[in-house]
Amino acid sequence: MTAATYLTRAGGYVLFRAMRPNEAVRSALGYIPGALFVAYVAPALAKGSWPEWFGAAVTVATMLLTRQMSAAILAGTAGAWLVWSFG
Amino acid sequence: MSATRSRFSRAAIIAGAYRSLPLQIGVIPFGLVVGIVSQGQGLSLTEATVMSATVYAGSAQLLALGHWSVPAPVVAAATASFIVNLRLALMGPVIGPWLDRVRGWRLWASLFVMADQNWALSVAEMQAGRSDAGFLFGSGASMWIVWVLATALGHVVGGVLRLPPGHPIFFAALAVFVSILVPMWHGRRDLLPWVVAAATALTIARLLPDTSWHIVGGAVAGAAAGVIRDRRA
Repeated sequence: MTAATYLTRAGGYVLFRAMRPNEAVRSALGYIPGALFVAYVAPALAKGSWPEWFGAAVTVATMLLTRQMSAAILAGTAGAWLVWSFG
Repeated sequence: MSATRSRFSRAAIIAGAYRSLPLQIGVIPFGLVVGIVSQGQGLSLTEATVMSATVYAGSAQLLALGHWSVPAPVVAAATASFIVNLRLALMGPVIGPWLDRVRGWRLWASLFVMADQNWALSVAEMQAGRSDAGFLFGSGASMWIVWVLATALGHVVGGVLRLPPGHPIFFAALAVFVSILVPMWHGRRDLLPWVVAAATALTIARLLPDTSWHIVGGAVAGAAAGVIRDRRA
């Protein structure tokens, strides 16, 4: 598991350094961060229910208001917990 | 030499450790969960701690622990780790402009402690025009320390707490990724890549549950959609 994980951590970087990517690949890399986390979050939210949905909404709203990740995570988790305890 | 050093400065390492404090807090519930599950699957405190310290990939560890048995399923666990962590192979090249200026243990250690959260924070730093890879290492190493401690703590309290699997404290792990997305939204040009990424991920997650192909597929499809759209414009 350690070897397989480190292979992905270091392997992608080493491969791209050797290849010297062109313009299209470099502009794709700019889009990957957002797309990657959307791809991570979307199925998790689809599998969830009201606690997750409300928690995610509170997380985004708190993040927009405060720009503080710790506040957003705490508020979002508290929101999810609140809905869960009523459910 | 001084040019090399300025790309991996002590100040940036400390800044990374400080700025990643919210991420360190966010990783605690996830670490506790992995510790609790490890304990439930019969791993000793040492085994659980070593696993967290060397693998350092929560989703891969949870997936492997879900199908744990004695003797350990080495091939299955390694394969699952590789698939779940394929996204890391997409992440390394993005931070390439920083890593290209770093050599030796600094490079390989920075890659070892690279995780979703501190990578996202470092990409934001890089896009803001800062050029010191020490930030990646500082944020990663401090998260790694908190991660290992949280797993150990989770293992210790695992027998006492007995939280049900659907307990909302576990939402904290997802909240980390939701909050990371907010500053990544740069306006309408991100709409198409994000919609394509979500649709692709949802489809793949349904076809191949319990893998991370949906993350890899969604990220690639979303980025490709953005590039194709830009070329036509």
